[in-house]
Amino acid sequence: MQVSLKVKRFDPAESGGKTWWQEYEVDVHPDSTVLDALIQVREHEDGTLAMRCACRASICGSCGMRVNGTAKLVCKTRVVSISPNGEQMIIEPMGNQHVVRDLVVSLDVFFDQINRVEPYLQPSFVPEQGEYTVSNESMENLVTSMNCIMCGICVSDCTVFEVDSNFIGPAALAKAWRFTEDPRDGKRDERLKALNDEDGGIWDCTRCLKCVEVCPKGVAPMDRIMELREAAIEAGNTNTHGYHHTESFYNSVKKNGRLDETRLAIDSAGMFNIPRMLDLVPIGLAAMRKGKLPPVMPHKSEDHKRIRELYDSVEGESK
Amino acid sequence: MKYAFYPGCVARGGAPELYDSALAVMERLGIEHVELTRAACTGAGVLQEKNLKMGDVLNVRTFAMAEEMGLPIMVLCSTCQGVMSQANHRVQRDPEYLAEINKHLASEGLEYKGTTTVKHMLWALIEDIGLDKLKETFTRELTGMNMAPFYGCYIVRPTEALGFLDNPGRETSLETLIELVGGTVTDFPGKTACCGFPILFINQANSMKMVANHTGTAKDLGADAMVTPCPLCHLNLDGYQPKARRQVRGDKADLPVIHVPQLIGLAMGMSEKELGLQKHIVSTKKLVKQAEALPVKA
Repeated sequence: MQVSLKVKRFDPAESGGKTWWQEYEVDVHPDSTVLDALIQVREHEDGTLAMRCACRASICGSCGMRVNGTAKLVCKTRVVSISPNGEQMIIEPMGNQHVVRDLVVSLDVFFDQINRVEPYLQPSFVPEQGEYTVSNESMENLVTSMNCIMCGICVSDCTVFEVDSNFIGPAALAKAWRFTEDPRDGKRDERLKALNDEDGGIWDCTRCLKCVEVCPKGVAPMDRIMELREAAIEAGNTNTHGYHHTESFYNSVKKNGRLDETRLAIDSAGMFNIPRMLDLVPIGLAAMRKGKLPPVMPHKSEDHKRIRELYDSVEGESK
Repeated sequence: MKYAFYPGCVARGGAPELYDSALAVMERLGIEHVELTRAACTGAGVLQEKNLKMGDVLNVRTFAMAEEMGLPIMVLCSTCQGVMSQANHRVQRDPEYLAEINKHLASEGLEYKGTTTVKHMLWALIEDIGLDKLKETFTRELTGMNMAPFYGCYIVRPTEALGFLDNPGRETSLETLIELVGGTVTDFPGKTACCGFPILFINQANSMKMVANHTGTAKDLGADAMVTPCPLCHLNLDGYQPKARRQVRGDKADLPVIHVPQLIGLAMGMSEKELGLQKHIVSTKKLVKQAEALPVKA
């Protein structure tokens, strides 16, 4: 089948670097992957096209790039799934990372973030003889995160990283979780405290689900970040706006059956955090002028008493 | 069509114009509805961070109420849609878990069998009412009006729970409606990114950058307005736009952010007041004038 590609090129040799779009047409087998099509371009159309690939079987994590705006491993992406009727596909390097040339990005930023979470086991003791033994279940639990092949795709499309390069990022946080959950690691509390307190830590994730959607290996980094939040709270880290936000939300629904937006804003900012409280005032006044301020006394669900009983019922079960 | 109507907290709180405009459009289309006034909040994914099962119990209770009435649920909020779809997906593929959840509902005489569907108004208009019937109710074509779609997160991800495979076209539903009303789509890269609302109270600097980037980029690309199916995105992109634009880009808030039923209502010839457009933080005056200057069909 005919494949039409529009590829974003970058040549660092030109002063300041030169970026341009280049179009290619190649004929490939209908079962081909996007990588097959790109290799065909490189081998038969244009030997100057720079790209990275190795295993062609979604194990090495080398061929991450954006296809029609979304980061993918191109060896795992079939041409027909993107362009069933021969539509032109747009190929760009991954986002949020420094482009070296054409479709090749530097993974320096990626590995800096990975290194930030001390991605190695720090056991609290050395067994007197033999090896560390752990249960099957405890290791099976870690499989989701251990499936990570470090391709950088989640970082490419992370919507927080886009505005804040200090964010630890989805891949590194999923890696951090892999060690907080490992029964052999002796630094769980310190790790959770650091991830909780640090700028760019677990509370800066927006829960946008991009990393879950784009990860080619089912790591679901955002789900791991949510587990880290829960673990951090359980370990006694209750000093963040994020914690107060979640608590306030949970309790608002418990009390009213629905959300009390005014209370949520106040609780999350911190009632005694005067600068942040004052910060809310102009927004509140503007909303009031337009007749859209959330009610100060919250609406309650008609069944708020019943919802309270449900809370008791579910909370009682987990005790 | 008749729906079990779940407007969500924001349409009944911080974005009352969404509730009013949705009801006005539904009436014009002859859509019947029973509002689920006894239902709880979905938890918005935030409650789920603390206790996932609690969230599932609250949502399954709502599904069971609609199931008892034999009606699909219609929501006005992407976040409600996403959280409900995920909860429904979890219990529908795990009967044991559903039975566990149902135990908590037994004292109320409720039991969820797993048959309720949840549809955002955006999808319901296209899939249930249909483009032809919808277009018949339009009295003016919004020719020359450039609209930037802004989906946000929970109505486009996770695609599996949202039923994207079985319902092709959901990923471009906003573009479909913008074109149907006669407008021009202003495509921009941030349309499925986070609006910044979930971290508004946690990391406001990042949240403001997101608001300024999205609204500023769409404006630079020629948009007259932005359309969103998510009232939480609206709260941030509209309510915080003046602050974000000043702080991040050093310019002024100039991009109205309208709700889906307001877009439809403008094409139906409804007035500024009927659609609550005067309640926005970023002025919609220019937009309303632009629409009102267009010829009305006989």
